[in-house]
Amino acid sequence: MNKKAIVLYLHVHQPFRIRHYTVFDAGVNHDYFDAPYEDDASNERIAHKVAEKSYLPTNARLLQLLRDNPEFKLSLSITGTVIEQLEKWAPDALRSFQELTDTGRVEIVAETYHHSLAFFYSHAEFERQVKMHADKVREVFDQEPKVFRNTELCYNNDVAYWADKAGYKAVLAEGWDPVLGWRSPNYVYRPAYTENIRLLMKNYKLSDDIAFRFGDRGWSEWPLTADKFTHWLGANQNATNFDLFMDYETFGEHQWESTGIFDFLSHLPKEWLKNEHHTFMTVSEAADAFEPVDFIDAPNTITWADTERDLSAWLGNGMQTGSIQALYSLEDRVLATEDMALIEDWRRLTTSDHFYYMCTKYFNDGDIHAYFSPYDTPYEAYMNFMNAFHDVKFRLAQKGIEV
Amino acid sequence: MLGWELPPHNSGGLGMACLQLCRALSKQNVDIEFILPYEAEHGIDFMAITAATPQGVASVIRSGIAYDSYKYVKEDGSVEWLNIYDQQELYEKSVERLIDGREFDIVHAHDWLTARAGMRVKEKRGCPLIVHMHSIESDRSGGQGGNPLVLEIEEMALHMADRVVAVSQHTKNCIVRDYGIPADKIEVVHNSIEVSDIVPLDSANTYAYLAAMRAQGYRVVVNVGRLTVQKGLPNLLHAAKEVVYRAPKTLFLIVGSGEQYYELIELAADLGIGANVLFTGFLRGKQWRDAFAIGDLFVMPSVSEPFGLTPLEAIAYGTPSLVSRQSGVSEVFRNCLKVDFWDINEMANQITAVVQNDPLRDTLIANAQAEYQHFSWEDASRKVVNVYNAHLAGAAA
Repeated sequence: MNKKAIVLYLHVHQPFRIRHYTVFDAGVNHDYFDAPYEDDASNERIAHKVAEKSYLPTNARLLQLLRDNPEFKLSLSITGTVIEQLEKWAPDALRSFQELTDTGRVEIVAETYHHSLAFFYSHAEFERQVKMHADKVREVFDQEPKVFRNTELCYNNDVAYWADKAGYKAVLAEGWDPVLGWRSPNYVYRPAYTENIRLLMKNYKLSDDIAFRFGDRGWSEWPLTADKFTHWLGANQNATNFDLFMDYETFGEHQWESTGIFDFLSHLPKEWLKNEHHTFMTVSEAADAFEPVDFIDAPNTITWADTERDLSAWLGNGMQTGSIQALYSLEDRVLATEDMALIEDWRRLTTSDHFYYMCTKYFNDGDIHAYFSPYDTPYEAYMNFMNAFHDVKFRLAQKGIEV
Repeated sequence: MLGWELPPHNSGGLGMACLQLCRALSKQNVDIEFILPYEAEHGIDFMAITAATPQGVASVIRSGIAYDSYKYVKEDGSVEWLNIYDQQELYEKSVERLIDGREFDIVHAHDWLTARAGMRVKEKRGCPLIVHMHSIESDRSGGQGGNPLVLEIEEMALHMADRVVAVSQHTKNCIVRDYGIPADKIEVVHNSIEVSDIVPLDSANTYAYLAAMRAQGYRVVVNVGRLTVQKGLPNLLHAAKEVVYRAPKTLFLIVGSGEQYYELIELAADLGIGANVLFTGFLRGKQWRDAFAIGDLFVMPSVSEPFGLTPLEAIAYGTPSLVSRQSGVSEVFRNCLKVDFWDINEMANQITAVVQNDPLRDTLIANAQAEYQHFSWEDASRKVVNVYNAHLAGAAA
């Protein structure tokens, strides 16, 4: 019988944020992503900050855990845009990720290079970005990704069908109750209409205990210790795999070091592995190890965001849908230019974060969306984006292409 | 309560703010006698309104706006026109006479015009004085010094006051800056708007030309306000030039009158955008309401705006706003665009974004309308009642 496994998966991403880019810039400057260093939207400054506060200290601990515990394993997804930023501005942080994968016990998960929503707007572009990402992962980490996750864990039957045909072992999704029904996320499933591929579903309650609630002193379970947490998991007799999926930046960025998050991380493997029937698995190991207990039908798109778990944080208002449609309407013309600088700028604009910054859902409450945005308002995000979009059109027009 | 004007005999925001505040206070069981410097019918039943008529004067007749001369008809039948300084001196003497034999707990004076009277009452009766600043002299003079006589009255009143009420954090900061009043003496009570008071739009919009142009793809940017230095309109016109250069199908509708009227018309022509800027002069009623409604964007570019109600009126009529950060309303209205009044390029950038991208306009409208429904004077009146209570407790001790 297989051991009971923690499947820890962390997502690493940074977008190329658009600077304060005005109508006076459009047609004049094409440096959409180059905010001054001291600006909130400076990608270089944020890369420095997050490398220092999160990537370097967390990777140092993860590496130590891998050395101390031969059974400890984890999976990472790391977007092409953040790899590029680390290459340019924090090469030591990138090396620290490579040291993790060099242990052979850290698996890299496939996704779009640009962290985009291309799956919903252009299949051809989506496949190009997935391939770009695989190429980059091979170059930087010497690995062939075997498991797929779509941007923001966007998932539906079509995503699973595509990933099955593309030959992936498994696909990742939110273990959202309306999709699971009475079933538990702590098993391996098979997506509807597929044969070979497996579905791993995030246990959002346990994941959010770490990612969101860990430092909350008002939470009834505060303080959360590794001892307590593994006790919860151990008490679940029949479960096979606990899928703990979260943003990598949980460690040191969303949960600051002062909350004790790093100590929690350091103690988790030892506590869990005290029981000889417990282990850690990467995502593809879990897909191989466990037979699916049932199939999951997901006709509607689910994501791992907000209480709605849908796409409304990215495509919930007219600014968001209008700007993303406008952007993809240029796809064929941009690609036809074979101008790599222009194509890359256009691709950087497909990054989902730009649309997330335009979200007005909770603007009035000044919540999490505000925290993660470099702009004061969603309207500012939209204006910067549209001016950059107009400049892409300008560059097409200059090449004699009708826009 | 000492005030200078009430609707419908108001020249601007002061009278409307006093009316709304008093109505909300009366719902909190505050018993108000409102003392005005002139006689008129107001049709108000929630408080007593008294005219402070000077000795030997039969009646005071308003003409024009608050800053124009009033006609004083004396008991012997002779007539005298008095300017605003003489008026407020006479108001002070009349109020002093009027309070004899009257019972009240607090005197609440609105703006510098009633400040001398307020100080006189405090001196005579020893009751707590609340000085409520709807604007200060540096606002009205566009940050350029101002009238020394007015500055002196404001300074004295702010020092004599037991508590100062400012209509925004912006105004509070200006009071601290200009007069050295300790910040903890000043309570910020933001103005608001009563959704139920908005007169609905009716029949076809007055501006048939603009409606026809919009149907042809033009977009309309509106400003409504006095054309004075405080309102920052030259900056808007300079921004308009940049907008029209990039989005030629943009029209600007400027509603209001004031000392900059001709200067602005000339400026628009000099900038080469004369054909894109329409001036209407001073408007009331349907023409005034329809001006808000015809816009795709309302712009309030004020140099210094203690509160600034018009962006809330604009969204009441379905039009989103770009407001200067140097305004009180920008502190409480989230779903609008904001810009520093001096940043002409950024103003042009944001106006262009709205006129070129309907989704931006439409998202602003949807969210601003939802936000606007929550505005009410009730919060303001509760804060004022707390100020009263604090000083009544102090007075009793």
